[in-house]
Amino acid sequence: MSALGRQRWLGPAMFLPAILYVVALVGVPFVLAFIYAVGDVKVGSVGYHFVGLSNFTSVMESPAFRRALRNSFVFTICSQILVLIGANILALALKNAFRGRRFVRFLILLPWVAPVSIGSIGWKWILDSLYSVINWVLIRLHLANEFSPPMWLGEPSLAMMSVILVHTWHMLPFATVILLAGWTAIPKDIPEAAAVDGARFFRRLFQIELPMMLPIINVAVLFGVIFTFTDMTVVYILTRGGPYDTTQVLPSLAFFTGILGSDLAEGAAISLFLVPVLAVVAWLMLRTAHRAEIT
Amino acid sequence: MAIVQTRGLTKVFKKGDAGAVVNVDLDSREGEFLVLLGPSGSGKTTLLRMIAGLEEPTSGEILIGGRVVNDLTPRERRIAMVFQSYALYPHLSVLGNISFPLKAQGVPAPERQKKVEWAAGLLGIGHLLARKPRELSGGERQRVALARAIVREPALFLLDEPLSNLDAKLRASARTELEQFQKRVATTTIYVTHDQVEAMAMGDRVVVMNKGSVRQIGTPAEVYDDPADTFVAAFLGSPPMNLIEQGDVIVGFRPEHFFPVTHLAGAAAVPEDLLADDRGRGPYVPLRFRISHEEYLGAERILYGELEGGRFDGKKAVSRMSSTHGARFESGSLHAFAVREPDLKFFDREKGTRREPVPLDSSGGPGGPRIPPA
Repeated sequence: MSALGRQRWLGPAMFLPAILYVVALVGVPFVLAFIYAVGDVKVGSVGYHFVGLSNFTSVMESPAFRRALRNSFVFTICSQILVLIGANILALALKNAFRGRRFVRFLILLPWVAPVSIGSIGWKWILDSLYSVINWVLIRLHLANEFSPPMWLGEPSLAMMSVILVHTWHMLPFATVILLAGWTAIPKDIPEAAAVDGARFFRRLFQIELPMMLPIINVAVLFGVIFTFTDMTVVYILTRGGPYDTTQVLPSLAFFTGILGSDLAEGAAISLFLVPVLAVVAWLMLRTAHRAEIT
Repeated sequence: MAIVQTRGLTKVFKKGDAGAVVNVDLDSREGEFLVLLGPSGSGKTTLLRMIAGLEEPTSGEILIGGRVVNDLTPRERRIAMVFQSYALYPHLSVLGNISFPLKAQGVPAPERQKKVEWAAGLLGIGHLLARKPRELSGGERQRVALARAIVREPALFLLDEPLSNLDAKLRASARTELEQFQKRVATTTIYVTHDQVEAMAMGDRVVVMNKGSVRQIGTPAEVYDDPADTFVAAFLGSPPMNLIEQGDVIVGFRPEHFFPVTHLAGAAAVPEDLLADDRGRGPYVPLRFRISHEEYLGAERILYGELEGGRFDGKKAVSRMSSTHGARFESGSLHAFAVREPDLKFFDREKGTRREPVPLDSSGGPGGPRIPPA
């Protein structure tokens, strides 16, 4: 085969595994979800009857679904705000050279490298109603009542807070790495020029550096939104959606309904509610990436 | 308006390393255009950054307007700086860029607008105010950077190679503009460059730096005609001064002071005007020069070759002459050249510094008999 002929085949050949992967593990399940969502499939059932949009209407009428939808947004928005603030502070701190910077970077990256399920199990013990180290410390410091310590995973608002914080802990390193790259990419001249121009720290930060960081921040946020909106590990391990579905999010509700509750059709319908949100985010992401390329 | 002084200013970046700036004593004058000139790594930019307050000195003092400013932030020093990259704020319009220093100082909006208009008018960029920096050409960016610097009427201008990102043609016109602009606003200016042409053309005085220390401070004519040491002699001029080792002395002469006196070889006549010009300017030292090759640069011609005979035998030398000089010089041919005695500079070979002249023909003479002034 001629060199040119080989080249013609090389590109598609290199591309093929990725296409197979996407079709088999994303495309097929996605199509299945559509088929299930308009049918009456249950785990173990053999027949299939088309039922139109009835699964969607019944899902929308269920209070558990509305709760989960709301929780999904609360969970995503709160954790992303916290991640954004935390990651910017960490990135700023890590930008400058100091003794032991490599070690601190390593520590900050750890939660990301550790499997999220194992990390979450650790947190489950840290937040446990009986064995919580946090409560042990609070009681010793006389900041909490020994006989009714805070139930981190047992009270609705505390449970939501705990889930958000643990997810933030898990997402922080990735965002920090992205933002650190952004901070180091700002030419040193520009904040220096701003300093000579008379701008103090906060003016430099908010009027010069953060606006310049905006494209990178967008990327970090959009990635974070996708990872958070579709994630159910933290919720599943810490609270199983409880107490009383107060921490249930869409992916976990879909899982509980479709797999554990064996109502595949309704589970598929719930999970399809993620699609419009994710589609918008993906579109924004591609647009941001494109813009970042041309400027 | 203010003058800048430094006292024993030193910057060492890494313990144990040689200093980037070593023991620099500098006194600028009111309204002066002071140029810091040196090769890259000579510490000129570090010196400028210390004056700006962007780099903390390891030791020594910086005074602006008679007041020690070592502990003041850049904001408190009331200086303006133009960076080599211009460091325009990419997300702000030209208007936003120019008004940024005013906003940072809390100048009220109506006054801000007046000042921005004034600065933009002064630099002829009034029509660009709505654009973003990426939509500007290099020359326009440089003007925006200048406008941003002057808009708050600083006590001191610091310019870090502001012309080095422009193409050659634009650089020449920008140079003239910048120089006239500085004369008009009469703000004390410190200008860093590695380009000797810029330094000579613009500077009221030139500070020649090498390896962190100041080698010579003087007017362009002083540093060129009267270099304090072999570094300054070799750094300035293109091609640089001929430096010829001779025992414990280094003899130096500028290529343009090394010219043909063809009649000595019995060839064509010496151009009359050449000799006539020199009446009373001291005797010639004749040297025999074997040409190896010639560079024709349009306005001038540069001859490379070796000296022959006498104590300079085999030493390389360069001659520069106007291309209106019509003589032909074949490669490999031998010609009679000469230098006027007052144009010879003598340096100590060990230290490189200037020393008193030594008689050249005491031990054999360079190339032939002295020619008395006509």
